[in-house]
Amino acid sequence: MNSFYTYFADIFRGLKSLLIGMSVTGRYFFSPGQIVTQQYPENRKTLKMFDRFKGDLMMPHDTNNQHRCTGCGICETNCPNGSIEVISDRIELPDGKKKRIIDKHIYHLSMCTFCNLCVKTCPSDALAWDQTFEHAVFDRSKLTKILNKPGSSIIKDIE
Amino acid sequence: MKEIINLPVRSIEEEEYHINMGPQHPSTHGVLRLVVTLQGETVMKVQPHCGYIHRGIEKMCEKDTYQQIIHLTDRMDYLSAHINNHAVCLLVEGALEVEVPERVKYIRTIVDELNRIASHQLWWCSFGMDLGGLTCFFYGLRDREHILDIFEESFGSRLLHSYYAPGGLMQDIHPNFQKRTKDFIKYFRKKIKDYDNILSGNVIFENRSQGIGVMSKEEAINYGVCGPSGRASGWECDIRKKYPYAMYDKVDFREVLSDKGDTYARYMVRIDEMRESMKIIEQLIDNIPEGDYSVKMKPIIKLPPGEYYQRVESARGELGIYCISDGNKTPVRMKFRTPSFVNLGVLDKLSRNMKIADLVAIGASLDLVIPDIDR
Repeated sequence: MNSFYTYFADIFRGLKSLLIGMSVTGRYFFSPGQIVTQQYPENRKTLKMFDRFKGDLMMPHDTNNQHRCTGCGICETNCPNGSIEVISDRIELPDGKKKRIIDKHIYHLSMCTFCNLCVKTCPSDALAWDQTFEHAVFDRSKLTKILNKPGSSIIKDIE
Repeated sequence: MKEIINLPVRSIEEEEYHINMGPQHPSTHGVLRLVVTLQGETVMKVQPHCGYIHRGIEKMCEKDTYQQIIHLTDRMDYLSAHINNHAVCLLVEGALEVEVPERVKYIRTIVDELNRIASHQLWWCSFGMDLGGLTCFFYGLRDREHILDIFEESFGSRLLHSYYAPGGLMQDIHPNFQKRTKDFIKYFRKKIKDYDNILSGNVIFENRSQGIGVMSKEEAINYGVCGPSGRASGWECDIRKKYPYAMYDKVDFREVLSDKGDTYARYMVRIDEMRESMKIIEQLIDNIPEGDYSVKMKPIIKLPPGEYYQRVESARGELGIYCISDGNKTPVRMKFRTPSFVNLGVLDKLSRNMKIADLVAIGASLDLVIPDIDR
């Protein structure tokens, strides 16, 4: 008699627990409240990433096509994976002093781990993060980028 | 004419089968290969084979400076990336005897606990999915998205942050950080009741998990099973209580213990830990003191020659870092004592004479992260 009771008690306890679980899913089915999924490829126009999002390394240029990079190479030494190469020249100024100017600032996106060390250690704040995130390309060589724009020069008062 | 050799005839029921579970199997949570010896459906022996995602992080650390090591530790236990970073930062700060500002300690504690909640949420959804409840997966990931949004806004990335630096933080928290965190706590206090309704009280789940894979306290200590899995067997092994770091000695929280030691106990300990983590965040989030977010460190950090050990409580258990320095800018040897590797060792012991479906439940309840095992 006792086992008879426990048999049915177990069945009803199980049914009750299943109904409690179903009530949760049913509640979300009929009143979802707020829809959390995003229709990604359709909402590309309105999709805005957070300001600090680390998408792609870039060198900000002002309206005169001038940047802040002195070509010191601190970002290159601090990069853990060798994804930055700085190629710089030495030119002689009219007053006889020698000055280093940047020739190419090469950035390999394919090797970058987004550790933020280059941006943090740059002494002249020449690097920043872009908020782009669609990095898929058909050719691997497109992931190597030259960050300084052609014909750009350094802002005067940066040492 | 040759005589026909009489081979001993064995019936097919007596033979043992060696079956590969993994490396490409959804319930091993990654590229873990388990060679399972089966008799019928009963598991006789489990032999884990590691190394499918070995990247040599310990060796790579020997060529990196201490700031660069931070971003490698993200990639060990990627679900508690902040806590791994915390261990390296504490090691370097302890060796150089640097005192970090109060603000840094508050922020680190809050972010660590947020990370722990996010990790347990992902564990909850994958645990439900392994036992056949696909609804859990969607609900868990929906709630985890709120924490990832907080991380993305403040630290710029969702999974691998490398946000801590020796001596403080990479950058200050975002102005919205406190408001978003408080909103999340309010939101998640409601949603965690759904977790109980869907899975904890479900009769199918209870039958699949209660009494399965029982680990006694002695076994937990012998095998070194730490973290929530060890605490479910009644072993008080919380590093936050035993060797407090950051703000853990000043906040009030309970070390969640259970004496059953089965899969269901390991489940309940983690659910309760999420509540305790929310309690810690609530105590700290309103009183973050003003101040610097970092102390000025030298551009090249050199530790004094010697041996150092630092441990923190990650979401899976005790993470220890052993470091030998000879005074140069790179360490001579870095050894990571990762919790998942140690917890994997007890899998064979727990799943013997169980069914193969129970092996899935036991493996999920130990909360293994495979890159943490292989490093």
